[in-house]
Amino acid sequence: MNLRVFDLSFRYKIPLWGSVLIAVVALILTLSFMFQAYDNLKRDMLAHSDNLGRVLVKTLYTPMLHDDVWRAYEIVRSPFSEAATATSFRAEGLVLLDAAHTVFVSSQPDTWSMRAHLTQLGPTYAALNEKLKTAPEAATVLVEADDVILLALPMIADEVGIGHLLLVHPAGFYWPRFRQLAWRALLITSLVLSVLLPINWYWGRRMAAPVGRLVKRMEALGKHDTSSSLSQDYPYRDELGRLFQAYERMQLEMTEKAMLEQRMVKADRLAALGRLSAGIAHEINNPLGGLITSVDTIKLHAAPDPVLDRFLPYLERGLTQIRDIVAALLVETRGRSRPLNAQDIEDVHTLLAQEAKKRNTDWSWDNRAGDTSHLPATLVRQVLINLVLNGLQAAGDGGHVSVRCVETGIGLELEVENNGAEIPAELMKHLFEPFTGLNEEGHGLGLWVTHQIVEQLKGHIEVASRDGCTRFSVKLPNGDSACPPNASA
Amino acid sequence: MQRREFIALLALLFSPFSRAAGNATPLRIGLTPTLLHERHTLLAEWKAYLEPRLGRPVTFVLRDSYRDTMDLIRQQRLDAAWLSDYPYVLMQPWVRLLATPLKDARPYYRSYLIVPARDQRSRSIADLEGKVFAYADPYSHTGYLFPRHTLTALGKSPKTFFGRTFFTWSHRKAIEAVAQHLADGAAVESYIWDGLAREEPRLTGATRIVNRSQEFGFPPLVALKKLPEKTFQKLRQVLLDMQHDAQGRAILAKLHLDGFVTGDPALYAEVERMAQAAARQEAEIP
Repeated sequence: MNLRVFDLSFRYKIPLWGSVLIAVVALILTLSFMFQAYDNLKRDMLAHSDNLGRVLVKTLYTPMLHDDVWRAYEIVRSPFSEAATATSFRAEGLVLLDAAHTVFVSSQPDTWSMRAHLTQLGPTYAALNEKLKTAPEAATVLVEADDVILLALPMIADEVGIGHLLLVHPAGFYWPRFRQLAWRALLITSLVLSVLLPINWYWGRRMAAPVGRLVKRMEALGKHDTSSSLSQDYPYRDELGRLFQAYERMQLEMTEKAMLEQRMVKADRLAALGRLSAGIAHEINNPLGGLITSVDTIKLHAAPDPVLDRFLPYLERGLTQIRDIVAALLVETRGRSRPLNAQDIEDVHTLLAQEAKKRNTDWSWDNRAGDTSHLPATLVRQVLINLVLNGLQAAGDGGHVSVRCVETGIGLELEVENNGAEIPAELMKHLFEPFTGLNEEGHGLGLWVTHQIVEQLKGHIEVASRDGCTRFSVKLPNGDSACPPNASA
Repeated sequence: MQRREFIALLALLFSPFSRAAGNATPLRIGLTPTLLHERHTLLAEWKAYLEPRLGRPVTFVLRDSYRDTMDLIRQQRLDAAWLSDYPYVLMQPWVRLLATPLKDARPYYRSYLIVPARDQRSRSIADLEGKVFAYADPYSHTGYLFPRHTLTALGKSPKTFFGRTFFTWSHRKAIEAVAQHLADGAAVESYIWDGLAREEPRLTGATRIVNRSQEFGFPPLVALKKLPEKTFQKLRQVLLDMQHDAQGRAILAKLHLDGFVTGDPALYAEVERMAQAAARQEAEIP
């Protein structure tokens, strides 16, 4: 059961604990105030009685000394007249005692009759009697009992005690005043609570809400939740704000790392594939050269033979096809080539115009290449041709392809975009691997060759396929000059 | 002619100099607390009644105890006074009887022995032995002399009979003392008790009359012997005439009196006897 409370969401826990804290503090403050007030009130009211008693004592000397009972009676009656009862004087009665502790006169003769000795008035009065006997003559004596509180003020005339004025208070004489005070304190406390509790609740919820969102985000980590930014929702620079920023940074780094790893794995695989295919191609190339030479020799020197005439062309075509494929696998960048100029790009445009027309594909061509590039014209043209052909093929009948070619100063940027079908995610993983072509028409080496060329030119190729748009971007740096500008022009 | 008289009258009333020209020394009348204490409106009315008829200003001199008024008489600082009968007999060397009020058409009053209403047991003063007793004034007849005289007649010593005695210095307060149970008994003037019974029945209702005494001569108005005969006669005549005009009757009604008569010193023979007995007794006790 305890755990249930501690398991509660911060949304409830923070306001709840805050409320408990506020309530406890308010309660403690109120109680301590009331405790203090209770003490003070009792003391004040006794002090008030004491003061009034002292005033009365002064006026009572003469009647007492002159044995003037009636005058003394009028004086002790005066606080109980109708006009005086409204004051905070709460004594029940006044009793004037003579030196022998018998009643000289009292405000209520029925209760404290004249000539009655203290011991005859009840146990509390008897206790007072004992106390008065031992107390110094000039001392004020207080006796508290369950039923009554007695305050005896000495009457001293010329250093001789002539009696005492006894103020009789009912035991709970300060209760009505205290109840009034306590009621007011409770009212103020509940007012304060009614203001503080809603503020606390609102503040607590506000504090808890971002933490709750952070928790949700962390629980959804790796599920590619790209909902609104935490640090944007919480724009403050406190610990929470910094935590959110750190979390976002961490998340970003993790994503980048994952992508990097993915790319590295892909690059490694492609490199391995490249080495493997190049190795195989070289191994095939040597016997292939012999085979082709042999076929040529047979064609030139062998006697005519119907069987040979019939099958030699098959052999020759097959060997040529093998050579083509091997040549494609052996992407050779070290070949002699002149540097690229703007016209080379335009040539591709002209070359492929017929193809576009045949496919009934709409296209746009934006050529901003300069003549200052060091890049080898042949390879760049090959890359561009491969990408545009792919694009035209993907866009299909009535589709659109846009081609952009920009000289950036540090290199060349090629961008080919088509609005055909998106590349499926599964295919995307192996896109640049050989024999995984986008269609059944080619031999599946177009993109592989493109990738190999870009890699060898130390460039970078990226593909994005989403929202009905597939874009290949290639960045080729100028830095490593495959050939000096216009070297072989 | 009429106008000149009117102005003269105004001058007579308001100018101290015009009075000084005539007989302008105020006539000083002493009052004891018994009768008219704290009834200033009534006194003002009475003063306004007396002044034009006497042709001179009147000053009422109030004192808190009988003794104070008696001292004023001894010192010749009054011209007349309204005394209780006991002080009258004591003051005889200095005063002579001026007038005696009529109560219920008779010049008498009594002493009432009262106890708290809750005391249904006491039947006479003898039942109050050892109790607290309130005296009105040591020079009061009904409130002091008479109850003590009664005790003496019963063979008791007034000094030891009661457990505790005190003076309230007025009959009204003696009634209050009994009503509030401060005292177990008191002796008071019938005139005061009856007046209060009409005006404050709750106060007298808290008391019970145990015993009514025989009749005594009503507290008289006296004049000092030094007062000139002419003035004495004029003052006496004004008092006697009060019951014959409406204004005078109105004041008498407020005083709960029917009028004044010349009075006879014989009315006070009884109290004189008691006073002498008391004086003898005082002298006997060492």
